[in-house]
Amino acid sequence: MLILKCPYCGVDAEETELAAGGEAHLKRFGPGSSDDEFHDYLFMRENPKGVHFERWRHANGCGKWFHAARCTQTLEVFGTYSAQVTEPPQEIRDAITAKRPGWTWREFE
Amino acid sequence: MSNLASALNGASFKGLVTVTEAGLVGMITLRGDLSSAKLQAAVKVACGHDVPEPRKIAGTVDGGVAWMSPDELLVLVPYAQVEAKLSEMTAALDGEHALAVNVSDARAVFRVSGASAREVMGKVAPVDFSAAAFGGSDFRRSRLAQVAGAFWMDSDDSFTIICFRSAADYVFNLLSTAANPQSSVGVY
Amino acid sequence: MSTRLASQGRLIDRSKTIEFTFNGKRMTGHAGDTLASALLANDQMMVGRSFKYHRPRGVVASGSEEPNALVGLNSGDRFEPNQRATTTELFSGLAAQSQNHWPNLEFDIGAVNTYLARWLPAGFYYKTFIHPKPFWKHVYEPFIRQSAGLGKAPDKELKDADTYEHFYFFCDVMVVGGGVAGLQAAKAAAASGAKVLLIEQNAHWGGRAPVDGGTIDGMEPGAWVEKTLAELQAMDNVTLRSRTMGSGVYDHGYALGYERINDHEPGNGAPRHRLWRIRAKQIVTATGAIERPLSFAGNDVPGVMLASAMRDYVVNWGVTPGQKVVVVTNNDDAYRTALALHDAGVEVVRVLDARSAGGGALMEEVRQKGIRVECGRAIAKVKGGKRVQKVSICAQNGVGGAQEEISADAVAMSGGWSPVVHLWSHCGGKLIWDDAQVHFRPDASRPPLGADGKGFVLPAGSANGAMGLGEGLADASAAGSAAAEAAGFPAKNVAAPEGVASDELPIEPVWLMPAQADVTLRMKSWLDYQNDVKVTDVQLAAREGYESVEHTKRYTTLGMATDQGKLSNINGLAMLADSLGAAIPDVGTTTFRPPYHPISMGAIGGEARGKVFQPIRQTPMHAWHERNGADFEPVGQWRRPYAFVRSGESVHDAVNREVKNTRENLGLLDASTLGKLVVKGPDAGKFLDMMYTNMMSNLKVGKCRYGLMCSENGFLIDDGVVARIDEDTWLCHTTTGGAERIHGHMEEWLQTEWWDWKVYVANVTEQFAQVAVVGPNARKVLEKLNAQAGSGMDLSAEALPFMEWRDGKIGDFDCRAYRISFSGELSYEIAVPASEGRAFWDALLEAGKEFGVMPYGTECLHIMRAEKGFIMIGDETDGTVIPQDLNMQWALSKKKEDFLGKRAHSRSHMADPDRWKLVGLETVDGSVLPDGAYALGEGVNANGQKNMIGRVTSTYYSATLDKGIAMGLVKHGPDRMGEVLEFPGTDGKTYKAKIVDQVFYDKEGAKQNV
Repeated sequence: MLILKCPYCGVDAEETELAAGGEAHLKRFGPGSSDDEFHDYLFMRENPKGVHFERWRHANGCGKWFHAARCTQTLEVFGTYSAQVTEPPQEIRDAITAKRPGWTWREFE
Repeated sequence: MSNLASALNGASFKGLVTVTEAGLVGMITLRGDLSSAKLQAAVKVACGHDVPEPRKIAGTVDGGVAWMSPDELLVLVPYAQVEAKLSEMTAALDGEHALAVNVSDARAVFRVSGASAREVMGKVAPVDFSAAAFGGSDFRRSRLAQVAGAFWMDSDDSFTIICFRSAADYVFNLLSTAANPQSSVGVY
Repeated sequence: MSTRLASQGRLIDRSKTIEFTFNGKRMTGHAGDTLASALLANDQMMVGRSFKYHRPRGVVASGSEEPNALVGLNSGDRFEPNQRATTTELFSGLAAQSQNHWPNLEFDIGAVNTYLARWLPAGFYYKTFIHPKPFWKHVYEPFIRQSAGLGKAPDKELKDADTYEHFYFFCDVMVVGGGVAGLQAAKAAAASGAKVLLIEQNAHWGGRAPVDGGTIDGMEPGAWVEKTLAELQAMDNVTLRSRTMGSGVYDHGYALGYERINDHEPGNGAPRHRLWRIRAKQIVTATGAIERPLSFAGNDVPGVMLASAMRDYVVNWGVTPGQKVVVVTNNDDAYRTALALHDAGVEVVRVLDARSAGGGALMEEVRQKGIRVECGRAIAKVKGGKRVQKVSICAQNGVGGAQEEISADAVAMSGGWSPVVHLWSHCGGKLIWDDAQVHFRPDASRPPLGADGKGFVLPAGSANGAMGLGEGLADASAAGSAAAEAAGFPAKNVAAPEGVASDELPIEPVWLMPAQADVTLRMKSWLDYQNDVKVTDVQLAAREGYESVEHTKRYTTLGMATDQGKLSNINGLAMLADSLGAAIPDVGTTTFRPPYHPISMGAIGGEARGKVFQPIRQTPMHAWHERNGADFEPVGQWRRPYAFVRSGESVHDAVNREVKNTRENLGLLDASTLGKLVVKGPDAGKFLDMMYTNMMSNLKVGKCRYGLMCSENGFLIDDGVVARIDEDTWLCHTTTGGAERIHGHMEEWLQTEWWDWKVYVANVTEQFAQVAVVGPNARKVLEKLNAQAGSGMDLSAEALPFMEWRDGKIGDFDCRAYRISFSGELSYEIAVPASEGRAFWDALLEAGKEFGVMPYGTECLHIMRAEKGFIMIGDETDGTVIPQDLNMQWALSKKKEDFLGKRAHSRSHMADPDRWKLVGLETVDGSVLPDGAYALGEGVNANGQKNMIGRVTSTYYSATLDKGIAMGLVKHGPDRMGEVLEFPGTDGKTYKAKIVDQVFYDKEGAKQNV
């Protein structure tokens, strides 16, 4: 059972306080987008063995959504960060690089 | 005032600890920019306390303020004064993007007191209740077994607990079960 | 015979006699006995029968690894099957029953299976229960169900009399195992200042060391244990817990401790078990090692026991399982058993050492006592049925031609020791094969990884393969210090105590005894006692191509019993490796999964039973409902009255009465459960325009509008009435089950997509008690309250028109009144503070008497909305329905560029004209259509199933119209008005229903606009 630090209230929250929210950094496509763009936005998801970026909500806590970068294979957590960003911040990327040199995830590396 | 009733009309249970429904408490949910001087002033006027640090509470149920999230406070005032305080606060926040609502009736308040209070809480919430980890002005939102709850210590051996009013019966039974007189854990 | 000795028994108090029964027979034991030691003291060698062949079985071990001695314990509402006699502390009045036999333990019909064994090999089930096909349902399955399981299930009518609880605990270092290694590891960790939790599964501390002997810092091990325990107890930063088993290790330092609080004194009022939900920064597994049996013919006859267990019974409980004992071994440790027996006055008739050169110092010590030791020798076969009678002896390197037969009544066997690596392995710790010590042990370079990517489990002592006393203590001390350091506490130099024990010569692997045993011996050589798996079964599996150890496990059921193969797994996989001609590490082990040892379902559930099984949410009027005949139905976590049943009425009668009365007089509905979300801010209008399919930003202050919500993929997720409170504040009503979900939905979009929009949302659902006052007399009763109070808000049609709201007072109550209707009647929904909800409800009932007031429940609500053709989220919608399916295009704003779901509605399948659409349905004979029934179309689909062209979404008996009414989704439905469709029911009948308009009652809306 995972523990993630909520970057908003600072609690090291165990999984029973959290709600998982799927893949991070999706770009929303609305009216005017192509069928392919919209299809990918709704349905296509990463399923990596290794570095992954996810959304979580501190549901039984301060109620805030946040992002987590972790390894799906070892469950190592590289860091948690604000929900109000469209891509992983540099310090998170650096933390991952220190542990998993050469990592890539979607368009990020 | 004769029409008023708290969720459990002050029910209580005595076991390993005493569990008591504390009656009606005035509560205002205030959402806004917690760093705003205007908001901070309004909070101070309403309850006599400054905006606390994250995961902290200042004051008591009779006048206090708890940090709920980076843009939310819970202001505690005497129940009879809540509408007046809310109006004052709303007026003081005029022009500011903020939301203040009365949630006094949406909640139930419990007190768990006695030497084993930390242990009883340790049976229902996934939180470290050792004296080194929790106490003083610490305020925590978590879960009480299967429902949401918030709590803090109002003395060395007493917790105040806030939950949703509809869950009052569950929380009372939960805490009473955890306070089975034969169930001392003996670690705190 | 097995009997109590005159001396020995360090754990029992001979001054205290305890009475208990076994299969109804009265027996006595002493305080400190386990059920197993007490049974042996009463010469009860046979304690059960095996699963498959119903062979007589006796106690083979002395701890949680015991495969045979499983009993049904206690009776009535405390009965529990499959309890291990070896881990059951004796208490006064204990009643145990043996299992898996009929009619009784001594004489058992099922034992015939043992003679059929030749035809019941591994995979027997798979090979036999296939043909002929119909036999499966009528013969095989009932037979297997009858045979399955060892113990009886508890009486399903009885509830467990005990209570259970969870406890969350946090520490820096958790040490599992209170033997000398665990004690020393805890001491070393605690010295650094770390917060330490030490747990031990038994009631006593010290593990095996006091039985095995040697000295620690010059002291008897028992004395060292007492001293160290006292030191730990005196430390503030150490928590000690006996009778608490380390059950599992999970991700990020999570571990479960299973505390058996009062199994040894049931019914004392305490919770029976406590599940410790522990978070530890570091975990030290000082879980010891388990001795392996040897695989020789007849190794399952009662009286054949692990050598270490026999020693335990002698030293700990003063019990000997026999008077003439044969010891058989491939290592030096078993000589300790010979010495212990000899010291207790029990005759050791022979020690058979499979090693051609025999053992070291311990062997010499045994010989000096005059005990005959033979090297390179083995047991060919143990003879005897219900207890050991004779032992045939042969050369280890041979096929088992017996050279000698001696009389004996017990056999102590030792095949070497396997570290208990379960907790190390649960969360991914890897093992290596130790050729010298002939076992798997933890590979320190590949530990389970924590959140920081570093190892968080450290094995210690014999659990780490440090088998000698001195070696184990040194290893444990280092592990304790290292754990504290890894948890962030600077290492303190803690000197490991000096452990001194006899030097031992190396073990030699013996996987089969004798090494070339012929098939008649091999098919009587047991690997897994509990599941009756023999050497020949594993060899057969290998011959049939089961090369993977995981496959062999499942094919033969090796290690799949309740003991999870604690004794059998290593012997089994070594046998598999031998059969495959592979090396043991190449075959590998099966996966170790929690729990280490079975834990009670009660402990897993914790406090969640009875009144606190789950939260039941209650409105302020709940107590009134309970006292007034409410037949509750669950709606989310709420319980809402389905109907208020009066005496002499059926629920159906009550519903019809409520419908008629509300339409004709006055009904009250407790609508407090409807979600209420305040949405405020400069961007609130823009935000709600995204949330709802229709426009909310242009709603006038004081007015209400019904709105629909779709998910991003276009499907309906909620609906409700939105009220505009002021310039930048709206109040959104959600469905009863939807408040938290829709609140979360709004927060999600605000926090993760439009975080620059200035909007705050607050869930004020429970701040208000809300009552729907419905029916022709609705206005009258509210005006009466005003008249009684002398003032109040103007409730006239002009002052408060349909779809508007006002704040004010009604009678003595501050309230917000909404003119909205879900029934088609004149209707006010009045929200008052929750604390005044009950008083308001009472006031309405009192004032409403003269107007024919009756409360009504959710079924009446459903029927009235269906009569009006209103949809219900969860009935007309099921997560696949879009507004267009419900002919609600009017609620889809064309003015808005965007809203959640808009883009999805233009996907090809969403715009498909063949989608099923909402219509009314009316049976031709006035009966009620079955809920969920499908409408038959023409022909069949690709699977040969009849084509379906629609389904019933809501169906009721309408008391107002005295006939069945329904709604459903039908292909091209709105274009097929008047057509009659066939709906086959599950009752075998086919119902015919005509497609009609979905509004059955008051289509013009005359009744609500008054």
